[in-house]
Amino acid sequence: MTAAPYVSLAGMSKSFVGVKALKDVNFDVRPGEVHALLGENGAGKSTLIKMMSGLYSPDAGTITVDGKEVKFASTRDASAAGIATVYQELLLFPELTVAENVFLGNYPRKPGGWIDWSEVRARTRALLDQLDTFDLDVDAKVLTLSVAQRQRVEIAKALSKNARILIMDEPTASLVESDVQRLMAVVRQLRERGVGIVYVSHRMPEIFALADRVTVLRDGGYVGTRDIGEVDEAQLVSMMVGRSIDSLFPKADAAIGDTVLEVKNLNHGRHVQDISFSLRRGEILGVAGLVGSGRTELALTLFGMTPATSGEIALEGRTVSITSPRQARDLGIAYVPEDRGQQGLVKQMAIRKNVSMASIERFSSGIFIKAGEEAQRALDAVKRLRVRCRNIGQPVGELSGGNQQKVVIAKWLETNPKVLILDEPTRGVDVGAKAEIHTIMGELVKQGVAILMISSELPEVLGMSDRILVISGGRLTGEIDRADATPERVGMAMTMHQSGEAA
Amino acid sequence: MSAVVDLPPTRPASAAQRPGFLRRLFADYGQELVVLAAIIALFVVVTMVNPRFISANNLTTIFSGNAYIAVAAIGMTMVIVTGHIDVSVGALIGVLATISGTLAVAGYPVWIAWLAPVLVGMTINACIGALVAYARIPSIVVTLGALSIMRGGLISVTGGTWITNLPPDFLIAQKSVLGLPVPLVFMVVLTVLAALWMRYSAFGRSLYAIGGNAEAALATGIPVERRTVAVFVIHGAFAGLATILFATQLQVIQSTVPPNLELTVITAAVIGGVSILGGSGTVIGSTLATILFATIGSALIFVNVSAYWLRAVIGLLILATVLADMLRRRGRI
Repeated sequence: MTAAPYVSLAGMSKSFVGVKALKDVNFDVRPGEVHALLGENGAGKSTLIKMMSGLYSPDAGTITVDGKEVKFASTRDASAAGIATVYQELLLFPELTVAENVFLGNYPRKPGGWIDWSEVRARTRALLDQLDTFDLDVDAKVLTLSVAQRQRVEIAKALSKNARILIMDEPTASLVESDVQRLMAVVRQLRERGVGIVYVSHRMPEIFALADRVTVLRDGGYVGTRDIGEVDEAQLVSMMVGRSIDSLFPKADAAIGDTVLEVKNLNHGRHVQDISFSLRRGEILGVAGLVGSGRTELALTLFGMTPATSGEIALEGRTVSITSPRQARDLGIAYVPEDRGQQGLVKQMAIRKNVSMASIERFSSGIFIKAGEEAQRALDAVKRLRVRCRNIGQPVGELSGGNQQKVVIAKWLETNPKVLILDEPTRGVDVGAKAEIHTIMGELVKQGVAILMISSELPEVLGMSDRILVISGGRLTGEIDRADATPERVGMAMTMHQSGEAA
Repeated sequence: MSAVVDLPPTRPASAAQRPGFLRRLFADYGQELVVLAAIIALFVVVTMVNPRFISANNLTTIFSGNAYIAVAAIGMTMVIVTGHIDVSVGALIGVLATISGTLAVAGYPVWIAWLAPVLVGMTINACIGALVAYARIPSIVVTLGALSIMRGGLISVTGGTWITNLPPDFLIAQKSVLGLPVPLVFMVVLTVLAALWMRYSAFGRSLYAIGGNAEAALATGIPVERRTVAVFVIHGAFAGLATILFATQLQVIQSTVPPNLELTVITAAVIGGVSILGGSGTVIGSTLATILFATIGSALIFVNVSAYWLRAVIGLLILATVLADMLRRRGRI
């Protein structure tokens, strides 16, 4: 069973402009195994696979292929050694057909140098059939394919080069559940044919379903390699984050005070219909609902991005009309958006400038910004929220997802909000940062902030909320107290299509 | 007071700090330093070939003769930083110069002849800004339209004649203060004020935010539409100030301004390090770039190369600058 590794990497280290991305990491892959590579964002997984595929050259360490030490000067060298990679963002040419993509740069020729197209098509067909992908037309343009289909084209492309090792970087990140199952079947099949697979993923169930061994990286360092039978999920998580997470959702007990926000019969278009609820100091009000149910639209209406067409909003007892985000901000409402890249951050701007953006008037005397105070506040925020960065002058676009999210939160904390609306606060955020964001939420409610948290992760809604609003088809279909909240009750309300007010 | 949260120190404390002074200088003014170095290098080399290059007379030509371009480029830089573009500024300066000169010749006090182009420039650009901000027409389209209207209208109204007999009091660009030519003083003072305003005011900061990500700026409470109109109005004011220098530097005003003036102004902004995609760049860069063009133009004459090469050299500079910008972006995000 334990064949000799086909590829092994020993003592791999790599720095980028002074920052150690990887230090002394060991990794190997045997033929016919799935070896999962696990770690938080920024742990060094990408750097490691890029060295294995010849994109980066290591500062130190050796790569051995089939018993011989090698040096990859380019991806071409790695490819010649039988190592192929399917990246997260697929590298196909949308205007070319499936067959043209699979053999690109590698076309079988007829005498005289002409490309043998019938051979290209026949061999592509054969490769796809091997992947049980009988439904994919080799003459279809890639731009007409779904993500899952494109992924299979990438895999076929790797196989066309006789790959012995296939590196898959978060292959299921953008797939729907049924496609995930199909992909896993493909992976198993490749394993049976003796291909060694490096499987990078965050998703524990997949790792336990597929992997033979798992290697964990943390902060660029090597934590360990285990047979999958030796570990359970909790152990892997604690290896990843360097501590055990006792409870994933540390719900802090905060004193719930007076009503801060009172919404009555709020309307905006099709997605916000007749919504009424109240929110109190120190309370976390969860909002659950399917995609397209109107969760985000409710937030946008409260925040003045899409002002309400009718209905009443009262803040601390005073009726207010909110017609722009600026007004909402000045009233003490903050909104951490669903898509932080789109609406939350100016990515090429420094952390410092993003942190002060919502409260810039406070940092100004006369017309000028007090740069020293601004920097000091940003520095404090970065330290308190543990944003991992080089310095506060670093553009936020260079940070990992979790750290970007913390910058968005820091920006709004500077405005000292009474009501904080969090839309998918932990989407695309790694395990450690997720727990930290939950801790931040707990701290805030203790200080009397009222939080409205929209999430499509049911465990998060159930774990963090004092009360849960459920929205379906733009209407409120449930309001459930923490004590009564079960996945079933919430789930049922989420799929309810009745109209009218709920209890 | 803002909300304070302290996370327990479960991870190694982040090495966050303020970046060092030199690092910030290079990060914030990389392109500007390159342009400055190019100007200095040119001066050294050409002066060695022909020492008359740094005669007072020639320096006046280099710095003063092109000051109006630098002043117009200040406003242009602000517009491009905000994520827009204005291709009508050349035509606008033509219209404003004609208005200013006509008023001066008609015997109005000179201060009215000077103030008029500034106010009219602000008014016209307020209309352009409103179309961009509220009607959401792309600025390139709005200003292309404005360009045609103003250029065509001007020629129709004036018949292409020159304005002559300008009163001597009006010709401010030919005067000096404290022994320095007025255009040079204008250029330096306006550049410094605008640079401080862009870097250290909340308003300037908001322009960078809008140019970097208008949607995020809006969702952060920045009044994007109002700021967009405002930046066009300010740009109109700078066009008016540029007009004062342009209209008063000779004894006559031609109703046809230097052709392609708008492109020269945009080029100055781009070579000075303004990203054409918005969100970065400084007015110090655009002014230095204007000086660089003027220096190259003059240098070509002094080393006996046809001045037509100037355009080719500037073209190469544009490509090199944009290429550098793209490479920087690729390296970063």
